[in-house]
Amino acid sequence: MIPAGFDYVRVNSAADAVAALQTSEDAKILGGGQSLIPILRLRLATPELIVDVSGVAEMNGIREDGDAIVIGAGTTHHDVTTSDLVRTHAPLLAQATATVADPQVRHRGTFGGAIAHADPAGDLPGVALVHNATMTIAGPAGTREVAAADFFLDYLTTTLAEDEVLVSIRLPKLGAGWGTHYEKFTRVAQSWSIVAVAAAVRRENGSIAEARVALTNMAPTHLRAAAVESALTGAAASAEAIKAASQAAAEGTSPTSDLNAQADYRAELARVLTGRAVAKAAGLS
Amino acid sequence: MTVTDKEYETAFGQPLRRKEDAHLITGQTRWVDNLSAPGMLYAAYLRSPMAHAKIRVNTEAAKSYPGVVAVYSAEDFGAAQAVIPDAWTVHPDMKKPVMTPLATDEVRYAGEPIAVVVAETRYQATDALEAIEVDYDPLPAVIDLEAAIGDDSPLVHSSIGTNTCFYIESPGEAYAAAKAQAEADGGVVITRRFLQQRLLPTPMEPRAVLVVPTIDDLTVYASTQIPHVLRLLLAMLTGHPEHKLRVVAPDVGGGFGGKINCLAEEIIGVHLAKRLGRPVKWTETRSENFLQMHHGRAQIQDIELAATREGKLLGLKVDLIADLGAGLRLFTAGVPMFGAAMFNAIYKMDAYQFNCRTVFTTMTPTDAYRGAGRPEATFAIERMMDELAAELGMDPIEVRKKNWIEHHEFPYTTISGSIYDSGNYEAATERAVELFGYDELKAEQKARRERGDRMQLGIGVSTFTEACGLAPSRVMGQLGVGAGGWERAEIRVTLTGKIQVVSGSTPHGQGHWTAWSQLVSDKLGVPFEDVELLAGDTATGPQGMDTYGSRSLVVGGSAIVKACDKVIEKAKRIAAHTLEANPDDLEFAAGVFTVKGSPGPQMAFVEVAAAAQLAHNIPDGMEPSLNSAYTFDPINLSYPHGTHLCCVEIDTETGFTSIYRYACVDDVGTVVNPMIVEGQIHGGLVQGIAQALFEEAVYDEAGNLITGTLVDYLLPSAADVPSFLTDRTETPSTDNPIGAKGVGEAGCIASTPAVVNAIVDALRPYGVNDVRMPCTPERVWRAIQGGQSQSGSVAKGGAQ
Repeated sequence: MIPAGFDYVRVNSAADAVAALQTSEDAKILGGGQSLIPILRLRLATPELIVDVSGVAEMNGIREDGDAIVIGAGTTHHDVTTSDLVRTHAPLLAQATATVADPQVRHRGTFGGAIAHADPAGDLPGVALVHNATMTIAGPAGTREVAAADFFLDYLTTTLAEDEVLVSIRLPKLGAGWGTHYEKFTRVAQSWSIVAVAAAVRRENGSIAEARVALTNMAPTHLRAAAVESALTGAAASAEAIKAASQAAAEGTSPTSDLNAQADYRAELARVLTGRAVAKAAGLS
Repeated sequence: MTVTDKEYETAFGQPLRRKEDAHLITGQTRWVDNLSAPGMLYAAYLRSPMAHAKIRVNTEAAKSYPGVVAVYSAEDFGAAQAVIPDAWTVHPDMKKPVMTPLATDEVRYAGEPIAVVVAETRYQATDALEAIEVDYDPLPAVIDLEAAIGDDSPLVHSSIGTNTCFYIESPGEAYAAAKAQAEADGGVVITRRFLQQRLLPTPMEPRAVLVVPTIDDLTVYASTQIPHVLRLLLAMLTGHPEHKLRVVAPDVGGGFGGKINCLAEEIIGVHLAKRLGRPVKWTETRSENFLQMHHGRAQIQDIELAATREGKLLGLKVDLIADLGAGLRLFTAGVPMFGAAMFNAIYKMDAYQFNCRTVFTTMTPTDAYRGAGRPEATFAIERMMDELAAELGMDPIEVRKKNWIEHHEFPYTTISGSIYDSGNYEAATERAVELFGYDELKAEQKARRERGDRMQLGIGVSTFTEACGLAPSRVMGQLGVGAGGWERAEIRVTLTGKIQVVSGSTPHGQGHWTAWSQLVSDKLGVPFEDVELLAGDTATGPQGMDTYGSRSLVVGGSAIVKACDKVIEKAKRIAAHTLEANPDDLEFAAGVFTVKGSPGPQMAFVEVAAAAQLAHNIPDGMEPSLNSAYTFDPINLSYPHGTHLCCVEIDTETGFTSIYRYACVDDVGTVVNPMIVEGQIHGGLVQGIAQALFEEAVYDEAGNLITGTLVDYLLPSAADVPSFLTDRTETPSTDNPIGAKGVGEAGCIASTPAVVNAIVDALRPYGVNDVRMPCTPERVWRAIQGGQSQSGSVAKGGAQ
């Protein structure tokens, strides 16, 4: 399809982006375009104004900041997966990002775009939840910070206001003792997750001292598998204990039914994949 | 296969690099959408969002949109609009409801064109679509094939009083006797229902049409497989004289059968260019392509097989219900009938009954998609052979050996009346078993079962044959096809000895440039690089029957060889004249004429070419020039075959199925370029595997295509398939001068049953004897959970 007409402005700073957003009741931010352009082409959205932030330098790049790494929202998936900082301090993000779509998409699509779009089948919001990431958001009143746990509200909905722009994502490093794994289930390599699980586990003396598990596509938005996490805390780092704890993976979820999976099958996938993700994060397989 | 830059002494049979790839890879292609003409306008079509409705159209408001030049609906054209053509009269009593390019009063499938906007830019044309007012008065969708047959079903075409297009029943006495014998003698009778899901052809380049008018002439640039047939149809439909209508198929990015039609956008494109006197271009979007390009497969197959206790086939009965969609396109009605002769496949049996009902529904019309009738038939019989083996506790290859035609029995007339030219199923199977590591995988499967491994293996067999080289004209006439089956080639020889091949068969990805050059290079002894191809343009090659049904090399290649023979014959007379020798005393080899038994005088082909063209000194009364043409009409189809073995690995906790190993040995007769053949096999395998595992066009109960984008209609990529183990045996066809049999559809036909057989084999310990295609992880998981086999109805909606 061919998109409907729109006005276009390319900005050079987050502040200019915010200013541009304030000029229209119906504006959309264009980053890598991997979600927005298909929607425009199918005329599922017909915004009046497109604000292109792809040239904003302050929104691009990866840097170390004490006990965290900070990733500009406009950093491409390709740059995330090939960053030594990410690979060292957030290997879960590197692993999950490498599964996003295909190489062409990963060279265009951006980390911040995927976070702000908040597709429940997307790979990266779950990683942000597991990392206890913090979102840095620019708006008319200046900059504010929001924890990942408070950022994702509902299907394709975040706490970002119409006149705000996501500038960067701060990921606290996962240090010594932590293991991570992203377990993704798809029918073909480039498709969206049917279900996926992001897991991080800290082992201490043969036990699991702390576990964080986030589920992809098990609800209108990503969510932590709280029952699994509490069952794992203090449990033995054994296949049996992990399998037992993973039986709670579908608790509190509300998976959808579609062409790829009915809800009951998704629930079973969540249990199986959680077991596998946690076991791998715990170094068992 | 390793490709080197080694100079081959003979081009024939060598894996030469494809001549066409350099311009494809470097983006120097001429797709229709790349073309433009001065003053060109753009067309956009308003398509029905509903499956079935009475419509009233008001185009007035759209006419005042910016840049809009014209807006038309059916009533603006009246009877001059013409109808969507069909070219296969399968049965004298078949119903042929009329469909017009732009829907007249009623729409019958989601995506059917209703109106067209022509504007100065593509954006303006698309924007104005929103201003066309259409009142839809909904009528019931007809989605379920079996329900559509019922007396109380809503009708797709009320004018014909039924949803059945035709019903063909063959005599059942012989099969009834075979079944009775099986039952009396302690044999087996096995029944299965298989569902051939709807598939979308999905060529990489969607359709596109540019029509350029100049005074009385029209040039139609179209992304089509059939420029010659399209010219004839457009002339007949629009009344524009055939000789003033030129059709050009420039670079065409794939077809898989999807571009063998003449649809609204081509017919209306001609009307628009003539009415407006300006060039008009239209390029299909992927969304439009999924709705408007015909779909493939879509059958319910009820199969019954009777065999002795020892596994000898007695008889086969096939009851088909074929989903034609909303109306007839060129070969819609013929697709199930083209498969009718292939259910008996490579097997000998005493009885075969084939019944077929074809049904109209409110979905996109179906037509030929890679294999066209043969994949469906092959799937059914090859699934049944594995079921028979399981029922008898026999090895599936052993069961086939008991029943197949042996290599010394060719030519063989089958129970359905086909005459198979040649084949050696024993040799291909023996090599495939070795390549696959059949015994080793059987042992590994057994070990995994015994230890209760989470990852289970299954092994599936497919020993297929198919009918290729779509021809002969006489047979096509008997089948009711409104076209001949010959192919035309002309060899033009320039003064400097360069060769132009004018080919009626038109490339859309196959490798004609390369294969034709190899044929000509060897025949005439000229360098491979000195041959060029002129194809896909009715101005340079006015006669041809185009490209489909794995016919290009078998039929078109044979015409080239025969035309080369005529060139050589004439060249020999000129050489003899120059050398003052008797033509019968001359030999021609490696591009040089010599006198037999004499080391002395000789004359190279290029010298003869110059002599023929200059005509200063040629035999008295001889026509100058070496140019020659030949029209080849074979006496029979050709029957390639092969043995495909698939091992799947199934994650029993999730149902995820991957291909663990795939080996195939194909016999496509004599091979001109093994690299091209291997490429065709690889591509075909992926497409056939995709039917088994990934692809399905799903409609909801209201008749909406809910797999309308590539997000929902899953195509595999290289990441989803293994590295294939391939080899060949070569049993030449006896019915054409090359010995080729055709390879364009083989992989796609053979692989689907091999994969599903492997999945069912893996799941037999769970009590499963069928899994519906596509065998999604969820379906496999549910089969494991429930132990039940899954049948249902094609296109009932949802993913049950």
